[in-house]
Amino acid sequence: MRSIRQDFPAFDRLERPLHFLDNAATSQICRPALEALLGFETEDRSNVKRGVYARAERASAAFDDARKSAAAFLNAARPEEVVFTSGATLGLNTAAHILEHRLEPGDVILVSLLEHHSNLVPWQLAAERRGASMRAIPVTDDGRLDLDRLDELAKGVKIVAVTHASNVTGAVTDVQRLRAFCDATGALLVLDGAQRAAHGPLDVQALGCDLYAFSGHKCFGPTGIGVLWGRYDLLDSAPPFLGGGEMIRRVNIERSTYAPPPHRYEAGTPPIGGAIALGAALRWAMAQDWTALEEQERELAGRMLDGLAAMPGCRVYGSTGTQARIGVVSFELEDVHAHDVCQLMDSDHGVMMRGGHHCAQPLMERFDTVATARASLAPYNDAADVAALLDGLLAVRRKLA
Amino acid sequence: MNDALYDQAIIAEARSKTGAGRLEHPTVTAECDNPLCGDRITVALGVEDGRIVDLAHKTRGCLLTQAAASLLARHAKDADPAKARELRDAIEAFLKGGEDERFAILTPVRNAKSRWDCVTLPFQALADAITDLERRA
Repeated sequence: MRSIRQDFPAFDRLERPLHFLDNAATSQICRPALEALLGFETEDRSNVKRGVYARAERASAAFDDARKSAAAFLNAARPEEVVFTSGATLGLNTAAHILEHRLEPGDVILVSLLEHHSNLVPWQLAAERRGASMRAIPVTDDGRLDLDRLDELAKGVKIVAVTHASNVTGAVTDVQRLRAFCDATGALLVLDGAQRAAHGPLDVQALGCDLYAFSGHKCFGPTGIGVLWGRYDLLDSAPPFLGGGEMIRRVNIERSTYAPPPHRYEAGTPPIGGAIALGAALRWAMAQDWTALEEQERELAGRMLDGLAAMPGCRVYGSTGTQARIGVVSFELEDVHAHDVCQLMDSDHGVMMRGGHHCAQPLMERFDTVATARASLAPYNDAADVAALLDGLLAVRRKLA
Repeated sequence: MNDALYDQAIIAEARSKTGAGRLEHPTVTAECDNPLCGDRITVALGVEDGRIVDLAHKTRGCLLTQAAASLLARHAKDADPAKARELRDAIEAFLKGGEDERFAILTPVRNAKSRWDCVTLPFQALADAITDLERRA
């Protein structure tokens, strides 16, 4: 049987097994993305939308195709709804910029305790500029949004900005309930898809969100590129975020008029190679059998969770079940700091994972902890990776606890 | 490299918890966070007649931070505050390769640059406390 690892150059030449379990931070790049990047940089490298020579025409066409691929991956109504950004962080900052002029003093932005700082701080900045305030959806003991509390949080809410899947507990958000809440209150719905986008194609129309952001480097593409998707009318309702070339229509010394979306939000030369490579990564993703990959991830996550549950002195943060989650698992070994765990897991056991607050300090406080260790799965992980994780943790515990 | 990072000397220094605790009536305290991991140390000093007569730290951190906090307590107590503050630069110079017997057990950390902040955190808190003390004087 053909292994999915053949699609990932990271596994081509290994001197020792690569137990890469830090996929929630950055995944490995898939071969089509790397080849597309190399192809652009060698065969077609030139700027887009300006040159009239054939090389530049090819670059522009490939860049346009990447936008179409991203639109297909998201099931967007049209490619013009896809804004290329440097990643989810710029996407969410742009989202906050696009929506903030709708805020009046006293309005509320509803976030949650599960948020990555990237989906928290941009909204705090917007709230400060507009005299609005922040409110947070609480989190249940098993690391999910406590959506039963939505009604009591509703007063004054104009924007709901939450994660589609948690980078700490792996919980997948029940977007339908948030959509119903937004329908009832008239609020706009922004989803941070940084984690979810690595787990297969999306359907923003079915989700019913208004803006959606994700990063390329977490879904098998290159670093430095990401996508902000938005309903076209919404993208067209705000002024530019950054000024420069590409985003203008006509420029005078006193003032300028602006290009329509998506170019309005893409000032300057875009990360052309990155966008083309991301397009290739998303086409790769769309060609996979995600039913099978999800089953595989659920099976591996189950082994991981069972193994952690059986480990003395190990506490899992978040649900220990395998439903409505992605394969992101955070835990703590009693009396062993997460950074000490991660350092030894790498040096002694060849397992790469993450320790820290995962840019989710409010959630760490909610769980009354400082830092957790986190293992996160991608399609190229297998049972050997999970075994190395569990065996390694037992050894680390013997050494340090 | 990392095996040595967790050698017995560092583990023992961390577990010694030298200076761990709190002071009833500190002259000055400073709190320092490691933004990378959320670790936090609070250093409290009792200063009399131009000398650190008492030092206590509350450390929420990894083994390396705990070992560094113990070393801090060993070397800052009974010192002149201005001299004690120089430990902050001294630990950094040591990590960059300078000789300094006081920090010898931390030699393996030199090769783990991502962990340097873990080791400097307690010394930064001490420096902050002393700067605060001088500002008040």
